[in-house]
Amino acid sequence: MNPVIKIILQRLALGLLTLFIVSIVIFAAVNMLPGDFAEAILGQGATPEAVAAIRRDLGLDQDPVTRYLQWLAGALQGDLGNSFAQANFASFVGDDSGVRTTVAQQIAPRFANTMFLAGVTAAIAVPFAVTLGVLAALYRNSVFDKVANISTLTSISSPEFFLAYVLILFLAVLNPLLPSLSNIYADMGFGERLQKTLLPALTLTLVVTAHMMRMTRAAIINLLASPYIEMARLKGIKPMRVIVHHALPNALAPIINVIALNLAYLITGVVVVEVVFVYPGIGQLFVDSVKIRDIPVVQACCLIFAAAYILLNLTADILSILSNPRLRHPK
Amino acid sequence: MSTVLWILGAIVVLLAGGWVMRLAGQTLTGNKPFFRDMPLAVAFGYVLGAALLLFGIWYYFQPAVTADGVPVASVQFFRWAVQGVLIGAAAAFVFRLIGRTVGTAGSRKMFRQMPLTAAFGVLVILIYALLAIFAPALAPHGQEEVFGQANIVPGGNPALGGNPDFPLGTDQIGRDILSRLIYGAQNTVGIAFATTVLAFVLGGTFGFLAATLRGWMDQVLSRMVDVLMAIPSLIFSLLLITVASAWVSGFGLTVAMVVIIAVIDSTRVFRLARAVGMNIVVMDYIEAAKLRGEGLPYLIFREILPNATAPLLAEFGLRFCFVFLTISALSFLGLGIQPPLADWGTMVKDLSAFINYASFAPLAASVPLLAAGAIALLTVAVNFVVDWMLNRSSGLKD
Repeated sequence: MNPVIKIILQRLALGLLTLFIVSIVIFAAVNMLPGDFAEAILGQGATPEAVAAIRRDLGLDQDPVTRYLQWLAGALQGDLGNSFAQANFASFVGDDSGVRTTVAQQIAPRFANTMFLAGVTAAIAVPFAVTLGVLAALYRNSVFDKVANISTLTSISSPEFFLAYVLILFLAVLNPLLPSLSNIYADMGFGERLQKTLLPALTLTLVVTAHMMRMTRAAIINLLASPYIEMARLKGIKPMRVIVHHALPNALAPIINVIALNLAYLITGVVVVEVVFVYPGIGQLFVDSVKIRDIPVVQACCLIFAAAYILLNLTADILSILSNPRLRHPK
Repeated sequence: MSTVLWILGAIVVLLAGGWVMRLAGQTLTGNKPFFRDMPLAVAFGYVLGAALLLFGIWYYFQPAVTADGVPVASVQFFRWAVQGVLIGAAAAFVFRLIGRTVGTAGSRKMFRQMPLTAAFGVLVILIYALLAIFAPALAPHGQEEVFGQANIVPGGNPALGGNPDFPLGTDQIGRDILSRLIYGAQNTVGIAFATTVLAFVLGGTFGFLAATLRGWMDQVLSRMVDVLMAIPSLIFSLLLITVASAWVSGFGLTVAMVVIIAVIDSTRVFRLARAVGMNIVVMDYIEAAKLRGEGLPYLIFREILPNATAPLLAEFGLRFCFVFLTISALSFLGLGIQPPLADWGTMVKDLSAFINYASFAPLAASVPLLAAGAIALLTVAVNFVVDWMLNRSSGLKD
């Protein structure tokens, strides 16, 4: 078998194994703690009937292993259980006619929105960061490099909500160019949707650009001492061409790696930014569900975030193997 | 459409300006290499920078209040930002100057080699530490004290709805914002610091244990850490806080959050401590100590720990920033430090609606930004210092 395919299959299997173990951890975190969850969630005034109803709905009367296997089997088929949010527990006790929302119904549209936000962010941030990084490497130790260094260090260490509010202040309140609230509906045109997504996307861009740009600069500068770069310089090639044609292709592995890792970081950043802009994505759903202790939704969101995180890390791993001939043909 | 035309026109004008500038430089300096070898793009960059600088200076001196007495908020905010940067730079410069003349020979030498950004960082960290320690003495009111009037406008001018007793106004239930900002240094920074220390004690101990004992102990700990690191930390801490919130509330939830974040973050410390420890346990002096018959605690705390201090300290700075930002984000989401403790993340969340008044009440709008800026300033300062320390220790110059 081709060694590359073998390595990729190995990594995929490892990723699946990790995801499986992570799902156990997520399940255990909610289910293995001491005390009765049904009583804890309802507080002191709980009637025995309500406690019994929650226990039945969560399946707390069965043993943990069975419950986990049922949850996992459901999750694999896209059935993540019922949300507590729109269900009135009293309705379980009497006639069971209350309308229930499944977790999947709640998550599906928001997942698409979050993917859209992440996509717009990546489309802006990746070219921007790589260009800035190449320019900073080209004019290293100049005023431009120093200004870029200080401003990226500042933006990387600011909390997301600070950047978000500064952008809101200047681009939405003082100069009304973009809307500060991202109220997105399902039947919205692409242009309008893009306009409403732009401000959160810009905030996330500021957050992730810094790391990618610094890494691009460092990766290129690392290579500049190599003999073949010196050869290219001695041939009389222009500095820009030396960097773009000779240094950049060899610096691709670390750059691709850091881009994928930053996209994975977006997953965490998205939670706060979605809350600031009231963007109807999965991050906001997650925070709202945490606040009302809607356990099935929290578990499902956590699983989705972890899966995306593992997938992006896996992609970083595989791409860095593919972009490096020495890793592609291991001795 | 007209915006695009304007931008294109500006680029053409700047390009022409760059060409003229280069030509002028070549003729005036007798074709010095600096101007002779300058690509047009670089000349464009210089002209663009100069144009932005000139525009900034012109904008700074625009009137901040129109003839009718209406504030021009954009100019006001621009002035504050410029003044903040200038004052910060000047303070850092003076601080470095003092450091170069006062103190021992070693500290003077350190200050001589320090870049301005690092001096700024050290100064800011010192100020935050002083604020945190002396918060009760410095704050004019208590952090939980509720006054009769809510939503007093900042500025302290009674004609505009302010009150001299509350220079930054009061929040929506009538607590003094200035006092809460000062107490925030104690609570937010103190809790983040305690969390980081806890994470280091946990991660460091287990990391060194794994490095010394190896075998199954190392395997079990490392695989556990691998699994925990596969879940994004903010997401995992939110999940655990949901679970914890079913059992505890108020101050108990704050303590639970500290423990949760410390445990999650200790996985990162474990990795580093194990890697550093692995390099140390193969040294001859460890072998000698083992032959002397020293026990495990002696090996870890008297032999490995002193030799691992330097990398762990640099990591401490970065970890602190990370923990501080995580706690602030959680507080901003309403799930971190619980009221009535004053905390910057919670304050940003509570006061964020004021941003919408920016165009007619710039002072009121700046209050939530002050709290958010207080968080940003500290992490920026710590990062400046860590950046300088890493540069110095690795000898990276280019």
